[in-house]
Amino acid sequence: MSKVNYFLTEEQEMIVDLTRQITEEKIIPVRAELDRNEEFPWDIMKDLAQADLFALYIPEEYGGLGGGTMENCLAVEQLARGCIAVTTTFAASALGGYPILLFGTDEQKQKYLPDVAAGKKLVAFGLTEANAGSDAAGIQCTAVEDGDYWVLNGTKQWITSGGEAEIYTIIAMTDRNKGARGATAFIVEKGDEGFSFGKKEKKMGLRASSTRELVFNDCRIPKDRILGRRGQGFIIAMRTLDLARPGIGAIGVGLAQAALDESVKYARQRVQFGQPIISFQAIQHMLADMATSIEAARALVYAVARTIDAGEKNFSKLSAMAKLFPTDVAMKVTTDAVQILGGYGYMQDYPVEKMMRDAKILQIYEGTNQIQRNVIGQALNKEYAKEG
Amino acid sequence: MKIAVCIKQVPDASTVRFDKEKGTLVREGVESVINPFDYNAIEAGLALKDQVGGEVSVLTMGPPQAQDAIREAISLGVDNGIVVSDRAFAGADTLATTYTLAKAINKLGAFDLVICGKQAVDGDTAQVGPGLAVRLGIPCVTCVDDLEVLEDGRKLRLKRMCEQGYDIVEVELPALITVLASLNIPRVPSLKGKMRAKKADIPMLSAEDIGAETSKVGLAGSPTQVATTTVPTFDAKREMLEGEPEEQVDALIGKLKEAGIL
Repeated sequence: MSKVNYFLTEEQEMIVDLTRQITEEKIIPVRAELDRNEEFPWDIMKDLAQADLFALYIPEEYGGLGGGTMENCLAVEQLARGCIAVTTTFAASALGGYPILLFGTDEQKQKYLPDVAAGKKLVAFGLTEANAGSDAAGIQCTAVEDGDYWVLNGTKQWITSGGEAEIYTIIAMTDRNKGARGATAFIVEKGDEGFSFGKKEKKMGLRASSTRELVFNDCRIPKDRILGRRGQGFIIAMRTLDLARPGIGAIGVGLAQAALDESVKYARQRVQFGQPIISFQAIQHMLADMATSIEAARALVYAVARTIDAGEKNFSKLSAMAKLFPTDVAMKVTTDAVQILGGYGYMQDYPVEKMMRDAKILQIYEGTNQIQRNVIGQALNKEYAKEG
Repeated sequence: MKIAVCIKQVPDASTVRFDKEKGTLVREGVESVINPFDYNAIEAGLALKDQVGGEVSVLTMGPPQAQDAIREAISLGVDNGIVVSDRAFAGADTLATTYTLAKAINKLGAFDLVICGKQAVDGDTAQVGPGLAVRLGIPCVTCVDDLEVLEDGRKLRLKRMCEQGYDIVEVELPALITVLASLNIPRVPSLKGKMRAKKADIPMLSAEDIGAETSKVGLAGSPTQVATTTVPTFDAKREMLEGEPEEQVDALIGKLKEAGIL
């Protein structure tokens, strides 16, 4: 098979080999059942922990392997070839961990990150609310100072790994009249007084991932659980999402690749009008477009990931691109895969219907693709204004 | 607990092809993998180490490329490994193999437990584990399906599968066990393990290094000679009996008598 040479390092090749092995041996055999039963993939999370994958992006001083965005992208791309509900559960822990990594004090990092790196504890990120989705500034969850404590009230909605994670990074309003600058980030632990879980959502796809409400009812947490400074919450959320977005793009690449693999395999076997359907130009052209767009998406994700790892500070536009394009590709490719498999593709006996159901979330979560276009468009406006 | 796990590299069953004329395996272009049961043996060793502490060593007899199997075992978490390799070992049957492995294990030192897979999927003899136990002069429990540590690791309670059921056996260490695939689910490698495996120094010990007599190893030490290998033919016949149940029974008994079975 001719492959683009992305000049991966030896360690990066190892990450690819290992995550591919886990996908083939541990994820693919159970993915249909996990999807059917909406079952949280704890066994696979244990395998990923044993394989050191939760340590990937965490610095060595906190028990991690010190990898960057590129390493993370390579891992989730391979896992996504198996099941993106499983991959999202894995990746959501990094999303929840980034605020601590980026803005936590040394004490906070020492306290939380080693357990996260060892895969002993999952982290969840809590930003979205019923009335604050794309407009994150509309958060209604509040945090009020009370002596040595912060007291949180409100409800977070659609939180990935809610109820399963042990550590939660939460954005709440501390000064409502300051708008977005009135938001602050906190660390909340499962078991904290006044912290409970609401209903578990039933979803179109991504069904093995847990999506749940977080309920704060006079939830009292010690003062030292504040992340960063008061009023920095919105910036923390945006920086976290900027860093995580290429990973979502990589999930799109992996999912689309899996759908292409199934499509080509099927088209070579399926005989109609006396010949395999891959001999028909109508099918060949669809497959050619799928393969080409996937490779373009992969190249974009890797290039942006490497730019971030090289120390570029201003990368919101780039990471939005690295989320937008591959996830649109994933939706298109998985839809075409169902089309190529025809009636069989629509049946649950084949894996592509799940891929298509799952793909839709990639265009919605961690910022809808419309929001990504806003980010890119606004950045263009700013960049060209500077050029005068 | 000091644990030695014996493993074997075998042809990857998914890439094996047959030479139909010669009735032999085509070895060229076939990848080598760790024998499937040996993954369960490695996992058993690692699980015991996780539980009671200690060290897991892995050894194999084979050509120099058997180092790949040792590296893979290290990536799974074993502490160290060696390859026993010498041109003189070629053509060994199970008698010569157990002699060689016993010499190597004695060279490495004392072990509390030796673990082997139930059998290798290429030869399917299931003789190396028990034979090795005899050579080492330690008790042997084969076909282990469940395992429990007793008395701080001085004893094991084992579930040994038999044709008609199972035995529960307690054995004092040192001992040798052979394990079934149903004992455990082998773990995946870890990234740290893969990095360690890549850099690991894997010693290769020759016949001389382990103090083996050349007359007892390889072809020279192997009384077994494979005369021919043939593909079995299935000439079973099927016949449907008709009529009332009584008539069918009579007809069946008649046919069984005819065939000399009754």
